[in-house]
Amino acid sequence: MNHKKRQILYGYGFIGIWLIGFILLTLIPLIRSIIFSLSDVSITGNEGIVTYPVGFDNFINILTTDVTFIDNILMFLSEMILYVPVILILSMMIAIMLNQKIKFRALFRGIFFLPVIIVSGPVINELLNQGAGSVPLIEQYGMLETIGEILPSFLAQPLQSLLSEMIMVLWFSGVQIVLFLAGLQKMSAEVYEAAQIDGASPWETFWKITLPSLRNIMVVAAIYTVVMLSTFSNNEVLGLIRQMMFASNGGYGYASAMSWLYFILIGILLMIVVLIIAPKENVKRIKGGKKHATQHSKNKKLL
Amino acid sequence: MQLNIQKTKNSFKKKLLGLQLKDGLLFKTLIYALLIGIGFVYVYPILYMVSISLQDLSDLLSPSVLYIPSKLYLENIWTSFQVLKYLETLLSSLSVTLIPALLQTMVASLIGYGFAKFEFPLKRLIFGIVILTYIIPPQLIMIPRFVLFNDLNLIGSIWAIILPASLGQGLYSAVFILIFYQFYKMIPKALEEAAQIDGASPLYIYFKIAIPLSIPSFITSFLFSFVWYWNETYTSSLMLNNVVETLQLRLLTFVSSYQDLFPGDAALINEGIRMAATLLIILPMLIVYLFIQKLFIQGIDQSGLAGGEQ
Repeated sequence: MNHKKRQILYGYGFIGIWLIGFILLTLIPLIRSIIFSLSDVSITGNEGIVTYPVGFDNFINILTTDVTFIDNILMFLSEMILYVPVILILSMMIAIMLNQKIKFRALFRGIFFLPVIIVSGPVINELLNQGAGSVPLIEQYGMLETIGEILPSFLAQPLQSLLSEMIMVLWFSGVQIVLFLAGLQKMSAEVYEAAQIDGASPWETFWKITLPSLRNIMVVAAIYTVVMLSTFSNNEVLGLIRQMMFASNGGYGYASAMSWLYFILIGILLMIVVLIIAPKENVKRIKGGKKHATQHSKNKKLL
Repeated sequence: MQLNIQKTKNSFKKKLLGLQLKDGLLFKTLIYALLIGIGFVYVYPILYMVSISLQDLSDLLSPSVLYIPSKLYLENIWTSFQVLKYLETLLSSLSVTLIPALLQTMVASLIGYGFAKFEFPLKRLIFGIVILTYIIPPQLIMIPRFVLFNDLNLIGSIWAIILPASLGQGLYSAVFILIFYQFYKMIPKALEEAAQIDGASPLYIYFKIAIPLSIPSFITSFLFSFVWYWNETYTSSLMLNNVVETLQLRLLTFVSSYQDLFPGDAALINEGIRMAATLLIILPMLIVYLFIQKLFIQGIDQSGLAGGEQ
């Protein structure tokens, strides 16, 4: 057996378990999910699952008549628009503070990471129910009511929920803080010294050096944040999908269609987030490279 | 005289603001104040939980008792201990989290090694799909999986969780495959080539060289896998269908379980008891975290997720 064949054999041998699992438990379910979403699914005693194709009826019904779904989606969207930037900015700020020459860094880092270990749907539920999700000061000074009076409701509502769940927002930042901190600690001190010698202020250093070099990590952190928020057990859209699975006006088909709509939305969100944050250099480099190449070929011709 | 005053003024200013702002006393104080403030907000819910769960009814109702209970009152903890059937549920909770976490870690190591060390057709495409599975939301495949497991009579058994985990399709499997992939990529080729020349087979190299080297990745993956399985309720509540109970799921139905255990007393359930229950749910994780906090954070550093992905 030659080297190449051995590589193929062992390669597929090692990842084979994933391929089998993927086909049986992810790919086929995905295809079935598409079929379900285009069908009326009924469960019968003797034949099991019976699907009757109905085209895009489920999707049309959801988008035109299902008020709860649309409401939940809009709520989810406005929360994301607010939560994702707040989480990213807060966690970056905290990471930058932790990266200073301070004592007890490990302790602080340990505290900020703690929620990652204990955060779960039911626990968050209980905490929010008992009013432990908000900073006491915010409530005591009636900030929430003031916001409700000043701002229009489409702005006020998400902002109010952000403030009243401020602790929860912070609790969702643990992993991101550690990611940013790891990135900051990898940066060489020399760059900063050079900038200092050149007379750059800390403000300029942040915008010109720190932020650009954190771009890649920010993409990872942003994807993590979106995926985590959209799949968290407490998510209302998820709750609705689950409820619709066994509802008389729903069923597997209807719930599957909802899942796909939700997934498409998350996909679009992820793309927007990545497009906003991702470093623009790559694009530039490709363009620059092309220019360089044409220049080069021109030179060749001249020669 | 005038000069001297100017000098002391300047040195005072230097100390306060520092040469580059960042080393000044004012800046340091501000950083500590902010960190302590934010740190307090982080632990506030846990402190609140502890404080409320130690208060009896009169303390809870009394306006003079806000955070510090007037006496040590453990009745709430004991009550919720009973309602949660704590020890029994803890055991079943551990069985549906530890076993999948262990299997998921071992399988992820195998798969990660395959991608890192061998060249085979479609490798890049398949690896891309592995990464993509991270963003496939659980609700999308949950319904067909539920139907499939229902046909196989696996609903309500621990196998409904174990099976996906052991085929690399568990909770966030992609992340763990990536962690191992990154690690095995870093092992120098010379090491394997030396073993190959000595006649070692790839399987031997994997078990005798790669696995011992990747113990840190095993620990990281296992810990995160364990924590995520412990805290996940959306899919597991459907798959376990109340047959296998976990602590998280019992907290979800805590009020009705309480009413079952103490009928007639329903009105007496108070926030003290509920916070005590919540505290009991997070207690195992808190204890684990207290002892091996560093391992979690090192894990993220080493995983290569920060900065590695370019």
